[in-house]
Amino acid sequence: MKKLLLGTCLLATPAFAEGELKVYHWFEYIPEELVQKFETETGIDVTIDTYDSNEAMLAALKAGKIGQYDVAVPGDYMVKIMGDEGLLDTFAPEDLPNFGNIAPQWLDVPFDPGRKSSIPYQWGSTAFSVNRDVYQGDIDSLAILFNPPAELQGKINVLDSQGEVLALGSIYLGIPQCSQDREQLKALSDMLVAAKAHWASFGSDTAKDVLVSGDAAAGMIYNGFSAKARAEGANVEYAFPKEGYVVWMDNVVLLKDAPNRDNALKFMNFLLDPENSAAVTNYAAYTSGVTGVDPFLADEIKNSPENNPPADQKGFFIEACDEETQKLYDAIWTNLKK
Amino acid sequence: MAGPGPSRGPADAAYAGLVRPLLLPTWVVIGILMVVPVALMAVYSFLTKEFRGGVEWDFTLAAYDQFFVTRGLFGDEPAQIEWTYITIFARSIWQAALATGLCLLIGFPTAWFIATRPARTRGVWLFLITIPYWVNLLIRTVSLKFLIRETGPLNESLMAIGLIDSPLPLVNTNLAVQLGLFYSYLPFMVLPIYAAVERYNFALSEAAADLYASRWATLREIVLPVVRPGIVAGMILVFVPSLGAFLAPDLLGGAKTFMIGSLIDEQFKGSQGNWPFGAAVSMILMSMVMVVLLAYARAQGRAGR
Repeated sequence: MKKLLLGTCLLATPAFAEGELKVYHWFEYIPEELVQKFETETGIDVTIDTYDSNEAMLAALKAGKIGQYDVAVPGDYMVKIMGDEGLLDTFAPEDLPNFGNIAPQWLDVPFDPGRKSSIPYQWGSTAFSVNRDVYQGDIDSLAILFNPPAELQGKINVLDSQGEVLALGSIYLGIPQCSQDREQLKALSDMLVAAKAHWASFGSDTAKDVLVSGDAAAGMIYNGFSAKARAEGANVEYAFPKEGYVVWMDNVVLLKDAPNRDNALKFMNFLLDPENSAAVTNYAAYTSGVTGVDPFLADEIKNSPENNPPADQKGFFIEACDEETQKLYDAIWTNLKK
Repeated sequence: MAGPGPSRGPADAAYAGLVRPLLLPTWVVIGILMVVPVALMAVYSFLTKEFRGGVEWDFTLAAYDQFFVTRGLFGDEPAQIEWTYITIFARSIWQAALATGLCLLIGFPTAWFIATRPARTRGVWLFLITIPYWVNLLIRTVSLKFLIRETGPLNESLMAIGLIDSPLPLVNTNLAVQLGLFYSYLPFMVLPIYAAVERYNFALSEAAADLYASRWATLREIVLPVVRPGIVAGMILVFVPSLGAFLAPDLLGGAKTFMIGSLIDEQFKGSQGNWPFGAAVSMILMSMVMVVLLAYARAQGRAGR
């Protein structure tokens, strides 16, 4: 059997030497039909290996898989880490005819300024939801979480996740995420400790369930989770607060030493086509980072309030701080939960 | 202590020379399941944290320093005792002690009740005690949350019979955590006490009564000393896992404050963890438990002599 497989590989490799693409991707994150469409259009043979976390992907590449894959799909902070580790190759905007389709707000992102190594794939947000049966007032401010109205005090769940809590707290106070300024850090810590008195619980996996069951009347939550809570019958409204909200974005990156660089660029260009990007969105139910996808979106995705932030409000990525700064934020988090 | 020691007879001779090979499985189990993991943990606690998870092979005391010493948020103040983690330990110990006390309060009479049933029904009672524990701990803990939440059956039925007007806020309280720990570990208290009470010779109680001992005096002077090993075993079996529990505090208590278990858990999460610190906290916890157990074993030894 082994011999047979080996023989097949030896035979197969030369046949596709000019038309191959090796993709390292999350599991179940690209529709099979879309891959087939790319293969039909270009004659390129696509192989996809999957991973289930950014960290696992980074570890595999560093352990020697770099040079075997052409593209990968890391999350925002992981693009920065991979760039710092020298795992990414760069391209020029001219290499991708569809480069202009990238939505303007996702062009100059902090983890890859000017999009030299990456293109947007899909994105989502983290803010909060409020049970409208309990509270009918305005929910356009992060004060709902950090300085809640009387109706919501003691009925708030926040994510049990340092990154999201500290980032949203910083956005609320209008201070930078990786600050080393003593006054700002003190203010952030004090604000969170005071706010915690009004929180009922910390929980990430349970963020949706506590809203559906009524254990919490408001909660910090991922937009996809909130949509599911709504689908399960909870009268919750997802807010895009005026101060801003946290966003995450998965990105297709061009890997260093890509064996099929030209095909990788063709694939990235293909994914920047609105129709193709919309196909991914319809499959994964997140939001595309490409303009002009609307005509191709399924109705329930197009009209989902959780997927459509107002154009004038801004999302912020969780920043990867350097080691010294991270220590300060770790200390604030520990102090908050001690 | 109680009863004669193991008999030494011709049987021992039959096993002569086979003792070592026969003990081999035991040593393999102890070695692989205990010595190796604990040694790994001890080594890791002295390594240097790598920034994005994992460790570097530079030996340092940084993890223990972080636990015991603080130099302020920015690291430039004079060194002081770090109370943060000691507070977390104190809270967990208090929580575990309460749970142990609660389990003893309910577990002892339960065990007594079972042990005093006729021999043929005891099996049924023990069976009933163990049935809930066939279900996964996580599921039992979540179910408990369903029962006690504001719109759950407990509050609804209490309101239906008019005992309360508005639902009792039980979820996300320390009471809920206690309930969770108590429910999780009760059989660990009942079973060893049952084993001890079952061997108790009730003629001793009758003799005490004949000698005009009150019921209370009989319990204190006769029963408790005899069944004490069972009680102590039960207390240890409840206290130790309660100390490291994080399911009940997280799910029922709302995870608002770190327990030892969740503090350690946090150190091994994703890219922000601190493995050496997590290992150091585990080592400190284990050392504390060891000291208590050793002190107990020595006290027992002295009492037995």
